[in-house]
Amino acid sequence: MEEIYAKFVSQKISKTRWRPLPPGSLQTAETFATGSWDNEENYVSLWSIGDFGNLDSDGGFEGDHQLLCDIRHHGDIMDLQVNLCIIICPTSFSHLTLSVNQQWTTAHYHTGPGSPSYSSAPCTGIVCNNPEIVTVGEDGRINLFRADHKEAVRTIDNADSSTLHAVTFLRTPEILTVNSIGQLKIWDFRQQGNEPSQILSLTGDRVPLHCVDRHPNQQHVVATGGQDGMLSIWDVRQGTMPVSLLKAHEAEMWEVHFHPSNPDHLFTCSEDGSLWHWDASTDVPEKSLLFHQGGRTSTFLSHSISNQANVHQSVISSWLSTDPAKDRIEITSLLPSRTLSVNSLDVLGPCLVCGTDAEAIYVTRHLFS
Amino acid sequence: MEELDGEPTVTLIPGVNSKKHQMCFDWGPGEMLVCETSFNKKDVTSRFHLKFLHLFECFLPLWHHKMFRAHLVCHFIFCRLVRVSKNYRSVIRACMEEMHQVAIAAKDPASGRQYSSQVRGVTTVVLAPLFPSLLPAGPLLLHLLDWVRLHVCEVDSLSADVLGSENPSKHESFWNLPGNTQTLTELELKWQHWHEECERYLQDCTFASNPHLESLCKIMLGDEAALLEQKELLSNWYHFLVTRLLYSNPTVKPIDLQYYAQSSLDLFLGGESSPEPLDNILMAAFEFDIHQVIKECSIALSNWWFVAHLTDLLDHCKLLQSHNLYFGSNMREFLLLEYASGLFAHPSLWQLGVDYFDYCPELGRVSLELHIERIPLNTEQKALKVLRICEQRQMTEQVRSICKILAMKAVRNNRLGSALSWSIRAKDAAFATLVSDRFLRDYCERGCFSDLDLIDNLGPAMMLSDRLTFLGKYREFHRVYGEKRFADAASLLLSLMTSQIAPRSFWMTLLTDALPLLEQKQVIFSAEQTYELMQCLEDLTSGRPVHRGPDTQQCQDDDIETTKVEMLRLALARNLARAIVREGSLEGS
Repeated sequence: MEEIYAKFVSQKISKTRWRPLPPGSLQTAETFATGSWDNEENYVSLWSIGDFGNLDSDGGFEGDHQLLCDIRHHGDIMDLQVNLCIIICPTSFSHLTLSVNQQWTTAHYHTGPGSPSYSSAPCTGIVCNNPEIVTVGEDGRINLFRADHKEAVRTIDNADSSTLHAVTFLRTPEILTVNSIGQLKIWDFRQQGNEPSQILSLTGDRVPLHCVDRHPNQQHVVATGGQDGMLSIWDVRQGTMPVSLLKAHEAEMWEVHFHPSNPDHLFTCSEDGSLWHWDASTDVPEKSLLFHQGGRTSTFLSHSISNQANVHQSVISSWLSTDPAKDRIEITSLLPSRTLSVNSLDVLGPCLVCGTDAEAIYVTRHLFS
Repeated sequence: MEELDGEPTVTLIPGVNSKKHQMCFDWGPGEMLVCETSFNKKDVTSRFHLKFLHLFECFLPLWHHKMFRAHLVCHFIFCRLVRVSKNYRSVIRACMEEMHQVAIAAKDPASGRQYSSQVRGVTTVVLAPLFPSLLPAGPLLLHLLDWVRLHVCEVDSLSADVLGSENPSKHESFWNLPGNTQTLTELELKWQHWHEECERYLQDCTFASNPHLESLCKIMLGDEAALLEQKELLSNWYHFLVTRLLYSNPTVKPIDLQYYAQSSLDLFLGGESSPEPLDNILMAAFEFDIHQVIKECSIALSNWWFVAHLTDLLDHCKLLQSHNLYFGSNMREFLLLEYASGLFAHPSLWQLGVDYFDYCPELGRVSLELHIERIPLNTEQKALKVLRICEQRQMTEQVRSICKILAMKAVRNNRLGSALSWSIRAKDAAFATLVSDRFLRDYCERGCFSDLDLIDNLGPAMMLSDRLTFLGKYREFHRVYGEKRFADAASLLLSLMTSQIAPRSFWMTLLTDALPLLEQKQVIFSAEQTYELMQCLEDLTSGRPVHRGPDTQQCQDDDIETTKVEMLRLALARNLARAIVREGSLEGS
């Protein structure tokens, strides 16, 4: 079904992101960017997918991604956003760089640059929506930058007393952040204060949340991944608790992504070395239950609903649906064997790229075949 | 012992006057620590004093980032032991080529030399197939040829020269060996026949007209002198050895190899130079003396990578008689421990070291416990990965200690939510108490709570420590009071005091919080509850001695205290009166 190609590069990959295609383009994705971490010198690199190489003697596929260019950085690459021609990445020394054209230093810090005991804080997440860039960090601060401004346009100090792990846009100008005490916070930049407009939190143990992604079409549906590997689906219009909790990985879930054009498909990757493809599309029940194919197992999992208020929705998202008997999600593990942690993944069209701590990048061009 | 490659380089340490003071040093896994002492040459009894510490990083080409792949893939193979030797060899070959590129590109000739010697060290891993029980069936020479072809990159072209000579047909028919259908004796007979034919040609002076052809014929007969004339084409003595064997004794048995090896080495070097450490390794290998090989490798190579993997391979093939060492339980484990410790010294290869420690049954766990606590944690994400490794191996002590360090850092940076999150992860009640005390202190100083989003949403974590529970409940009291549910607020407040979870220092604050409730128009506290409040007040004030000192500040504080107590007493008494009246009249009876 899917052929996934691996290539060893000599750096631990912390983030991978596809370079977006121009709107209306019919091509498939070809270029992706990666950021590395934990080395003395880290790099942001741009790669292009080559022609796929030969089968090697083990029957695995040796990938042939070509390195196009790279830039050196001091500090770990914590997050990456790619626009058509610009790469933005904050590093753990709290600099944001915009393809070395622009740098915002001291974006995140514990004690400020004015004081004698200045200590910077790692920036943990970034999201951008041209021309605005929002960053969050371990100092609990939210910054709003614009590409052409030297200073931050808006800063919310002490937005959170714990570490903010990830940020995403809900509707412009609203953003959503997740933190290390299991809370989702919605911030509205139109409001002047420093308080979130809404707080949602996990029931039960307040497990830290590490990643968040919004449904591409239904902007009230949000997925988060937690430290215990649990995938939670939320409806931000109602309630303060998640709609579904799905037991997923055995360790921290680092990234969760809805597929941008097929949002019934969700992808997660985790510290336990696996990458899962969740398929909630409704033509699934025809297939038989335990469906094995070529060594990868697919299992079915029904929703476990924690709280569901009266729902009057004209369009029922398959992720929010309440009937456990009818709705099954097919889960497929995409990587051929367990590796060290899969730190990052990205999907665009039929292509998927992911990077691991085993210094390998995996690419597949046939996600749905 | 081994001979040095050359003179050791002298490095001057800036700021140290070696004439005046002596230096002391100690080795680390990849570094050397040097410091100046105040011993001088004359006065031996001076004390030791530290002025400067110098840290030298030793140049370790095997940690060059191009060699990461070697470490990683070896690690992968080590964990799985699948198609071991062949995979190792292909990895080594790929790495060798990369290292060659690096060696050529190295600007400094000394490091260039180091690189090339490391490259050669690395290639000796292909020795594995020489060991008898690892050998698949087939003549020894085939494997030697294979090895030489793999070893020196330019041999491919060379073998074309040597083998693809001017009598191709003769050679091809003879060296039809890959089929391996012939037995050793058949081979021997064929070769004898061919050898005699060559000798006849030589004696008949068939090639007398052409000196090149003649020397070629001599080479084919295995004539050592002729071979040595082509010394520049043979890059080293083992190449010479294999060539010699190819032409003079192709059916050589493993047991005889060492004699040929020794004589080849002597002939090749011709007394001009002495054997290098790597030559000693190979000699020991040809003698099939495993322990000697390991010993020579340990001395010659600057890194445990090769030796550790080789010993592990041999141990799996049951070739290694393990005898117990004084430490590290046995040879294999000792070497693996050393290698893994080296990995931990590297900023990014530490994750591989974890798996190696897992495979050391006796001392692995203890070593891992010591190393994992000392990994520098710059970001939370790295800390999370380290903690996950500890939790998977049930190292609760290490989890606790790492979380405590992170929580302490967070408290210092005023990130109380993060601190709490770390103490929850480590289930550290004591630290949770510390964080709660900090919150309460902030409240007392400022009159309001900071980080309400955290305190309002503690969830089940509230049960982690009594102080945390108190904090959560106290905040709930404020919330309930704000919603004007006075009766609930009152009973909550009372339960906070009577259930003993409130710290004594806070009782006064709680009682003061009760004041507005006592002063309300309607009666909130029942008589029973008022009695309990009075009891608490008496408990609080009875233990307090009255200061009558000259300190005016203390006097003022005392005055405030006494006023407060007076006010409380009054309010409680009034409330009691009203409560009694109300209860009396309501109950009727």
